[in-house]
Amino acid sequence: MADVILSAKNLVKRFPTGKANSFVNAVNGVDLEIKRGQVLGMVGESGSGKSTIGRTILRLTDPTSGQIHFDGKDITDLPSNKIRPLRKDMQMVFQDPWSALNPRMKIGDLIAEPLKIHYKMSRSECADRAEALAKRVSLSTDFLTRTPNALSGGQLQRVCIARAIATNPKLIILDEPTSSLDLSVRAGILELLQEIRDETQAGFLFISHDLGTIKLISDQIAVLYLGHIVEQLPKDKLFDAPSHPYSQALLSAHLPSDPNEKLNKLTLTGEIPSPIDLPSGCAFHTRCPVAVDNCQTSVPMSEKISNGHFASCSQIAHGNNIIQRANKI
Amino acid sequence: MSLLCVSDLKTHFIFRDINNQLREAKALNNISLSLDSGRILGIVGETGAGKSLTAQSICGLLRPPAKIVGGTIQFDGQDLLTLSSDELNEIRGADIAMVVQNPRSSLDPLTRIGDQLVRIHQNHSGGPISVSQRKALEMMVAVGIPDPEQRQKAWPHEMSGGMAQRVLIAMALMNEPKLLIADEPTTGLDVTVQAQILDLLKVLVIQFNMASMIITHDLGIVAHYCDDVAVMFAGEIIEQGSVCDVFLNAAHPYTQSLLASTPERLNLGSRPQIGGQPPDLFNLPTGCLSQDRCAFMTDICKTTPPFKTIADGHSARCHHAKPNKTKTQKKGSRSDG
Repeated sequence: MADVILSAKNLVKRFPTGKANSFVNAVNGVDLEIKRGQVLGMVGESGSGKSTIGRTILRLTDPTSGQIHFDGKDITDLPSNKIRPLRKDMQMVFQDPWSALNPRMKIGDLIAEPLKIHYKMSRSECADRAEALAKRVSLSTDFLTRTPNALSGGQLQRVCIARAIATNPKLIILDEPTSSLDLSVRAGILELLQEIRDETQAGFLFISHDLGTIKLISDQIAVLYLGHIVEQLPKDKLFDAPSHPYSQALLSAHLPSDPNEKLNKLTLTGEIPSPIDLPSGCAFHTRCPVAVDNCQTSVPMSEKISNGHFASCSQIAHGNNIIQRANKI
Repeated sequence: MSLLCVSDLKTHFIFRDINNQLREAKALNNISLSLDSGRILGIVGETGAGKSLTAQSICGLLRPPAKIVGGTIQFDGQDLLTLSSDELNEIRGADIAMVVQNPRSSLDPLTRIGDQLVRIHQNHSGGPISVSQRKALEMMVAVGIPDPEQRQKAWPHEMSGGMAQRVLIAMALMNEPKLLIADEPTTGLDVTVQAQILDLLKVLVIQFNMASMIITHDLGIVAHYCDDVAVMFAGEIIEQGSVCDVFLNAAHPYTQSLLASTPERLNLGSRPQIGGQPPDLFNLPTGCLSQDRCAFMTDICKTTPPFKTIADGHSARCHHAKPNKTKTQKKGSRSDG
């Protein structure tokens, strides 16, 4: 399976809250796989563990348990001096480009920084590469001698992407790369990411809360709720036939820009529960419109629905269209 | 006459820079809009287009260096710009209420929720405290806060984002306003909670027969929750009309490209539609403000474009906009909340 760049098995991450025996259960047993040239989109509400998964995979924080294999190697327990050389193959782009870049460094130096660290390139080599990278992300080379405050949000995000692709990584994790940007700028960034994916055949983990953006760029989509992947499916299926009630609720809350498009209303009550006291049984049962008594006690297993489509819900067997069923109830 | 009628509003930032030069950023230019009871107007535009500034100008919440340098704001028969600050205080919070983007920072952290609701009612309506308290409970029920008797004793930090936003809406409704301005009411909230809040706003607008203005950058919200829309660019309204007219028959090239940039309509592989930067507010170009970003630019665009009528109630500020003969399809079977 040389194809698989990254696989995580039963990944768990808990943060201590400071009180005895009390933890924030950010990630609770997540399995995922990213192949070369594939974009895995990860969608969920705030507090669902999206960003924690991204950071744990890169070993920016250590997992509580579970395994992470990167490019065929088990990196779960690799000490930090061994992990650092691997970092050139795994890069990350953050949500807020204003705080991701050192405000006192020149753009050219920022782009070349990974090259200096990983390849010990000379100053002139760095400058050449930085110029080429700036051109690649459609950034005017005039900016190379400026500091970040001279650039707009979209331009800064291009700088972050240039930094991320500088070392030709095999895996890029994009944590909400477009959510702080305006619509028109967002379109350009997505376009650029798509091109880079096609050129480099790197695997992408694209984290977002916006279904529209996720659909546009992903091949496979994982829907996250309270640190569980409740459903994983090919992108077309999400807009067509999601199986899990939470995916259906997410989809129904998505507002398309066409005023004539009919909305399927499945408005959930309440909000995402605290990850400190996870609900028993199925994590979604407190808000689920079709929950039965059994959901409070037994944890649903991930079931295969079709090729590449898995969902964890005990009620799926009782009929696929949960919106219809919920409206009947 | 409409409840709210803004005409030719100009808000500029006037200040002295570090070299003691007088500088003037023309942030709002010739904003004209009107709003009737029971209607929801959506204001969309990108960062820096002047959406929030429009709301702040209407509410009289501008602080120096921002200054209204021209135009009128007629609200319920009186010109808000001629009122003293005492007179304005009587209207703000009572007849005009505002819901802002960040609910947590808009609540007083040292006052219990119920007391904050009572306070705003006392300030405007007076009367016995017990009446205000009853009203507070009523409004908490109206905005769907579960267990209001208990919750009115809660502190703001005990509220989740969605609940805090509901409290803020309850607060806005305490004095039964005629105009409710919601500035990005759901930006910080999750999508499933966003749906709850927007459904609530829509129901309340009908229930209390308010006029409402929703400021947002999310075209989906406008498409499904607003009746009318005004598209802003660089401090100007460049297109306005009913949501169906504007979204399905956009006449201004900027509106068209904005709509084409939404994820559903975007085709990766075609070049992005909107290039370039918005114009410098200190040094606005003569003529059409979007000329640098427009694919249809010709010589005539160097002169200021007029508002052209596209259809009944639908107009666009573009030389090249053509009247639309075909009738736009009305919103069909839409399931409202």
